Amino acid sequence: MTDLKPITPLGAGAARIHTIGQVTISENPDRSMASLTTRKGKADAVRLVAKTALGLDLPGPGQSTISGDFTAWWTGPDQWMIDADHAQYELLAAHIAQAIGPVASVTEQTDGWCRFDLTGSGSVALLERLCPADVPTMQPGQATRTLLHHLGCFVICSTAGFSVLGPRSSAGSLHHALIEAAHSVA
Amino acid sequence: MIINHPLLGPRDAAEFVYLGDAGLIDRPDWQADDAAQAFHDYMYLRDNPAGLHRELWFHEQGDRSWLVVTRNTVTHEITNVELARDVAIAQGRGQ
Repeated sequence: MTDLKPITPLGAGAARIHTIGQVTISENPDRSMASLTTRKGKADAVRLVAKTALGLDLPGPGQSTISGDFTAWWTGPDQWMIDADHAQYELLAAHIAQAIGPVASVTEQTDGWCRFDLTGSGSVALLERLCPADVPTMQPGQATRTLLHHLGCFVICSTAGFSVLGPRSSAGSLHHALIEAAHSVA
Repeated sequence: MIINHPLLGPRDAAEFVYLGDAGLIDRPDWQADDAAQAFHDYMYLRDNPAGLHRELWFHEQGDRSWLVVTRNTVTHEITNVELARDVAIAQGRGQ
């Protein structure tokens, strides 16, 4: 069989990590993602079955919750993104679809995205230069979709810092924007 | 300009795109006997008020909700923001 070699969204064998001033930008290729969308009129059923079958608390608008192995954040009315450790849940979408059943539509998202984790005291200053969302007021447990460097991205705030998720095909551009903004606040 | 999103709170207008008059959600029934006249009116007859105007905005770089925004075209003051979905349901349409 062909020997396929996995590469990160930035095209390297290993994730890139840069520390510039008071912020560290780490490429994170270790998360599986799946989107969960409620089917018509099934909103209550989806919340119930997500809780009973997966132990998953589906958050309200602008929120993100961690339940066991899963992190879920709100992406729109009756829609969420769910992520988990890639080594443990490589087939996350299939796992969730099987558990939730026909009340929701689940779509594989893992390879559509690139993810950069931002840690350090300079993260807020960096993000407020890059996106129109009100990042300085964001608390751990909040997540939003906004515009970064002309790209629709998720910005998630956790106790560890911020995560920025953007389109994988624009990973290089997004990374460049983050590095450039980090230099400007360093 | 800031739009006070009903679910997400105040958001920068840069995240939104504008469609036009809120009447665009009342698309006529194409099978009705007077469909040709109704679509003519739907497409071409619009008020152009200097003052309060109800209009459709799409939160494209956010949660992708359609909103009905009441905006004063003279001052740009926004007096009301509703989810277009709620407006349609209030008119008796399905979700």
